[in-house]
Amino acid sequence: MSGQTSQTLRTAQIVFGIAVVFFLLAPIVAILPLAFNSSVFLNYPIESFSSRWFSELQSNATWRRSIVNSLVIGGGATLVATVLGTLAALGLRSSQLPFASAIRTTFLMPMVVPAVVLGVGMQMLYGRLGLANSYLGVIVAHAVLCIPFVLVSVSGSLNAMDPWLERAASSLGASPTRVFRRVTMPIIMPGMLTGAVFAFATSLDEVVLTLFVAGPNQRTLARQMFASIRENISPTVAAAAFLMIVGTLCIAGLVGFLRWRSQNALKPA
Amino acid sequence: MMSSVTRARLTALGLITPLMAFLLVFFVWPLATMMMASVTDGTVRGVLPQTATVLAQWDGVSPPNAEMSAALVTDLRMPVDSLAFGDAVRRLNSELSGFRSLMSRTASAAKGATEGQALDLVAIDPRWGDAKYWLAMKRAMPLYTDRYLLAAADLERDASGDVAALDANTSANRQIMLRTFLIAASVTLLCAAIGLPYALIAAATKGWVRAILLIAVLLPLWTSLLVRTAAWFILLQNEGLINDALKTIGLISEPLPLIFNRTGVIIAMTHVLLPFMVLPIYSGLLTIPENLMPAAASLGASRLKAFRYVLLPLALPGLMSGSLLVFMVALGYYITPALVGGANDQMISSVIAFFATGTANWGMAGALGLILLVVTTVLYLVYGRLSRSPTMVAT
Repeated sequence: MSGQTSQTLRTAQIVFGIAVVFFLLAPIVAILPLAFNSSVFLNYPIESFSSRWFSELQSNATWRRSIVNSLVIGGGATLVATVLGTLAALGLRSSQLPFASAIRTTFLMPMVVPAVVLGVGMQMLYGRLGLANSYLGVIVAHAVLCIPFVLVSVSGSLNAMDPWLERAASSLGASPTRVFRRVTMPIIMPGMLTGAVFAFATSLDEVVLTLFVAGPNQRTLARQMFASIRENISPTVAAAAFLMIVGTLCIAGLVGFLRWRSQNALKPA
Repeated sequence: MMSSVTRARLTALGLITPLMAFLLVFFVWPLATMMMASVTDGTVRGVLPQTATVLAQWDGVSPPNAEMSAALVTDLRMPVDSLAFGDAVRRLNSELSGFRSLMSRTASAAKGATEGQALDLVAIDPRWGDAKYWLAMKRAMPLYTDRYLLAAADLERDASGDVAALDANTSANRQIMLRTFLIAASVTLLCAAIGLPYALIAAATKGWVRAILLIAVLLPLWTSLLVRTAAWFILLQNEGLINDALKTIGLISEPLPLIFNRTGVIIAMTHVLLPFMVLPIYSGLLTIPENLMPAAASLGASRLKAFRYVLLPLALPGLMSGSLLVFMVALGYYITPALVGGANDQMISSVIAFFATGTANWGMAGALGLILLVVTTVLYLVYGRLSRSPTMVAT
């Protein structure tokens, strides 16, 4: 192959790479400045700098309530998902469990089933169980979606763990509870936290199930953004999006930090 | 004394039981409820329970008898929810038109009559003498029905019970399914066309270039789906940044229609799903030994040949998993098409949501949901097999 074609190929690669990076990042970057636009239209050009849409987010009762709802529901769903997911990950690790791989596949199904399908089923069932339009119902629905993330994350740190650590501890006379509390738990803690963070992020971003099972009182921030884009697009959406992007970056940083710490912790001294 | 194996097994079972129970109640049960709704039809039975029992014994050939009339009068005298009654009448009317006036006239006559008084239904409305109204009622009675599943495929049972095509104007489910398939396939193809070269480039680079290429994929993945859709909603407007930019550089004089149509849906969905394509291909390529390409070159292969016979086959498993994943997720997509798509160009999820929340037609929502669920589950199982045995695909 001649040097010239090779040079052309290289240039093409660079141009293509830059174009795709632009395609991936530009939309997210483009929405950020609009949160500070004083114009009532959610569009460019920026008229002048203003924080009015953030005040709107804080003072408007609907938006404020939706932020509180998101935190309450996200917290509840994260708690339920982390407890159930961690227990299940510990159980699935055992080589004595029959059909472990089939069970794991089933536990991951909520990640795959289209949310609309699950939402329709939940709406029908909640009507009968009396869970419709209740916080408990929304928390449970979100938890179902969050569980796979906790399971995957905790299983990951369990797999990376040296099984001899636990055996050594129990051979030295530690009771199973003590082994769990003093050996297993500290080692899988980063995995649990990563899973919990993923779970919270999933709940925060959930719209479809919320549409089906939540009443007006349980409107979450994501649900409120969806309604706002659909009905009367206002720059408040950009302010909410700004908050979510900043929140995401913080969460991503936290997960990166946890990963880094767990990798360091597992390194042999 | 329990053996240690049994104890370990019981502990493991005890640990997974809470999640198992939780998912059984809040995941399996809702799905089962939805499936049941797609094959059951209690609208008419619920309102006319006695008539249902009597009609079940009627052979449909002998003329309508007094027992049937008496059961119907008893049922109509019962206080019922007017919404449920309206649903039942609508359901009967869909079997045979004319039930709307027939039922309202008969119901008011039955309620107006004194307790215990026998009513002559034919005197109230001569249509009750015609067996075809009773037959239509009998057809609407069974608890289990295939009408929703048939209707999901634009089919129905005619008066004689044979499967026939629905009137093309009344139902467009096949068209919706075809459209959903086409949109998902276009998005998958676009993602593959962009994602494969991108992953190859990312795997070939090192250091900060690779870091930037990867962050560009991971950051959107981390960003809220709603934020990304909102961003596209703003960008694709007629006065949005894209049209403004194109106008400024003089490529167009009139804004391109980018939003509330399929173009917008495909652009936004490709953006949202591209990371799911890039990451599997990329992680597959990482496992390739670094000296493989130089080895091929030292054996005399041209770069094109080395790419075609060495790198591409190794990227193929990732490409397959990525494509399956993107296609599977795209099939059930709701938010992006709902916000960016055109009103007459909706995908199957929107139609399901419409039946469920818009018209409370649980049967149709269930039937279409069942189809989507089955297709997704099959794709997931295939995906599971592929990602577990990547070598099988490569050869």
